[in-house]
Amino acid sequence: MKAKSAAAPYAVWMSIFIIVPMILVVIFAFTDKSGAFTLKNIAGVGQYSNVFLRSIWLGALATVISLILGYPLAYIISHINVRRQSIMVMLVMLPMWMNFLLRTYAWMTLLEDNGIINNVLASFGLERLHMINTQGAVVLGMVYNYIPYMILPLYSVLTKIDGNVIEAAQDLGANQRKVFMKVILPMSTPGMISGITMVFVPAVSTFIISKMLGGGANLLIGDLIDMQFLGSAYNPNLGSAISLVLMVLILICMGIMNQFDDGENSGGGIMI
Amino acid sequence: MRLGLRLTVWLNVTNFTAKGMHRLENTSIISLQNIAVSFDGEVVLKDFNLSIRDGEFVTLLGPSGCGKTTTLRIIGGFVKPDTGDVFFNGKKINDLPPHKREVNTIFQKYALFPHLNVYDNVAFGMRVHGKSESKIKTAVNEMLNLVNLKGFAHRNVNILSGGQQQRVAIARALANEPKVLLLDEPLGALDLKLRKDMQVELKKIQQQTGITFVFVTHDQEEALSMSDTVVVLDKGAIQQIGTPQDIYNEPKNAFVADFIGESNILDGIMHEDYMVEFAGHHFKCVDKGFRPDEPVDVVIRPEDIDFVEPDASHISGTVTSVNFKGVHYEIIVDVRDFKWMIQSTDFQEVGKKIGLVLQPDDIHIMHKSEYSGMFGDYSTFSDEMDEDSQPQSEEGEVEN
Repeated sequence: MKAKSAAAPYAVWMSIFIIVPMILVVIFAFTDKSGAFTLKNIAGVGQYSNVFLRSIWLGALATVISLILGYPLAYIISHINVRRQSIMVMLVMLPMWMNFLLRTYAWMTLLEDNGIINNVLASFGLERLHMINTQGAVVLGMVYNYIPYMILPLYSVLTKIDGNVIEAAQDLGANQRKVFMKVILPMSTPGMISGITMVFVPAVSTFIISKMLGGGANLLIGDLIDMQFLGSAYNPNLGSAISLVLMVLILICMGIMNQFDDGENSGGGIMI
Repeated sequence: MRLGLRLTVWLNVTNFTAKGMHRLENTSIISLQNIAVSFDGEVVLKDFNLSIRDGEFVTLLGPSGCGKTTTLRIIGGFVKPDTGDVFFNGKKINDLPPHKREVNTIFQKYALFPHLNVYDNVAFGMRVHGKSESKIKTAVNEMLNLVNLKGFAHRNVNILSGGQQQRVAIARALANEPKVLLLDEPLGALDLKLRKDMQVELKKIQQQTGITFVFVTHDQEEALSMSDTVVVLDKGAIQQIGTPQDIYNEPKNAFVADFIGESNILDGIMHEDYMVEFAGHHFKCVDKGFRPDEPVDVVIRPEDIDFVEPDASHISGTVTSVNFKGVHYEIIVDVRDFKWMIQSTDFQEVGKKIGLVLQPDDIHIMHKSEYSGMFGDYSTFSDEMDEDSQPQSEEGEVEN
C-alpha cells in the first residue's frame, strides 16, 4: 500500500506529460484543420518515404559505428584498474557537460570548407576536402554526440562479468578469441541492446545535427517534423502523423531488439 | 572416441582395476619444483616442492592464506610463479597458457556460464575443441547421468540450487576429459549434509574415472576422509605430506598436530630412545632417534587418554568443564595449570579429582619447530568457545 501511494505523484505526472500528449498526437494525426476525422495525413506520410529511409539508414550507420568504436573502448575501460576506470568514464561523459548545440557548432567550424581542418590541410599543401553538408558529416555528428550512450551501458555490463567465468572458459580450452566470442560477447548482449537503442532512437529522430552539419540536402525525419510545427510548411496534423509513424517504426525496431535480448538470456528458462 | 572408451572402462570394474594398477606404476603427473610466489611483496609460497602421482587423490589442506589456492592456480596456469618450474608428465609447462593444459578446474563459486543452459555449459569444452554435435550429445548425457542431473539438460543454470550448480561444474570439467582435475574448495558453499553426500560422490567419481584429483580445502575432516595423500600447508610452506593416517597419528610439528584434530601439546625432554619426560614425570614411549636430552613437543590425542582414581596415576587434576558432543564428552582437566582435553564416553562431574593414564603408544614425540608453544593447552577453552584456543584452524572454518 505504501509503495502504491508513493507512486501516485509519478502516475499523475506521467499521465499529464506523457500519456495525454501522446493521445493528442494520435488525435492530431487523424484529424484535419477543422477537426474532422481523416486518413489524409497518414497517407501523406508516404511521400516522405525517402526521408524515412535516409533517417533510418543514417541512424543505423551511426549506431553501428558507435558500437564498433564504443565496444573496444568500453572493454578496455572495464579492464584497467578501478581508479583509472572512473577517470576514463568521466572523460567519456565530459562532452555531455557541454551544450549539445555548442558541440555541434564546434563541428561546423571544424568541417567547413574554410574551416580549421581544411586550413590545416591547406597549410600542408594538401587538397581541401568538402565535408560540411554531407551525409558523412551528419553521421559524424550523430556518432560524436551519442557514443557515450553506447559506451556506458556496455562498460556497465562488461565490469559485471565475473573473472572466474573467463578463467573457467580458458580452463576448458578456449583461447582469447573463443573466450571473447563465446563468453564475453554473449554476456554483454544486454549492454549492446540498450546501447543500440539509446543511440539509434535519438539518432533517427535528430534534427539539429542534420540541419547544422547536413545542410538542406540531407533532410531527416526530425527536420520534417520541425518544419510542420515551426517552419514554413506549418501543418501540425501532418507533423503528428509523421511523428506517429516514426514512433511505430521505433517501437518495431525496439521490439525486434528485445526479442533478441530475451533469446540470449533466458533460452533455458523458457523450457522449464 | 577416447571418451567412449573411458566411459566403458568406468563401467567395467575389472578393466578399471587393471588400469588403476597400471597408473600406480607411473611416476608423477604433476611436479612443482622450487616454486616461489609473492603478491605485492607478500610471500605466498616459498621454495615449494610437490610431486603428484597419476591417479592419486591429493588434498592441499591448510588455513586461509596458506597458499593452497595459489598452488592450484599455478597448476591450472592462472598464476605464474616468480621462480621455479612446473612439470606435467615430465614436460615443463611454465609458459603454457591455461587453455592448452590438460587439467580442468572446479572453481570455488562454480563459475558456470550464466548465458548458457546446463547442456551448453557441459558441452562448452567439447565445442571449443571442435567435437561433433552428435558426440557431444552422447557425452553430455553421460556426464549428467554421472552427476545425477539426468533431465536437467535444458534448465537455466541461474535458478539451480548450490548443490546442482556444483554438479554442473563437475560435469563440465569432466566432460573435457582432463588428466588432472583441480578442485578449489568445491564444497565450501554447501550445507553440512549435502557436503557429506558430495564428499562420497566425488570420491566415487575419482575412483571410477581414475583421474588425478587435486583438492583444496581448509576442512581437515574432509581431507582425512577423501584423500590418498594429504599435503598440510601453512605460511606458504609444506608442513607435512602423508597418508591421512600418517598425518593424524604422526604429526610432524605442533601446527599439524593442532590443525588436524584436537591435541594436547606439552613441552618435554627426550632423555633417550623410548623415554620421555613431561608433566613432571618420565614416560615410556615408542619414538626414537632424537638427540639425548633433546627438548621436544609431546602430542597426546584427547581420545587416547583414560581416567582412573587420582591416586592410581602420576597425572591427576580437577575437571573444570564438560561438554556433551553427541558421541562423546569433551572434558577439560586442570593438571597443575595445564588444561588437558580428554574425549570420553564416560561422564565426569565438574570439580571432581581424577587421574589420567597414558599408554606408551598414545604418546607422540615431535621435534621443536617454529610452532612450538603456539598451541599450548586448552586453558581458554573451558570458559569460551574453542575458536579462541585454536585461532589457526578455526579461522578457516569461519569461511563456511
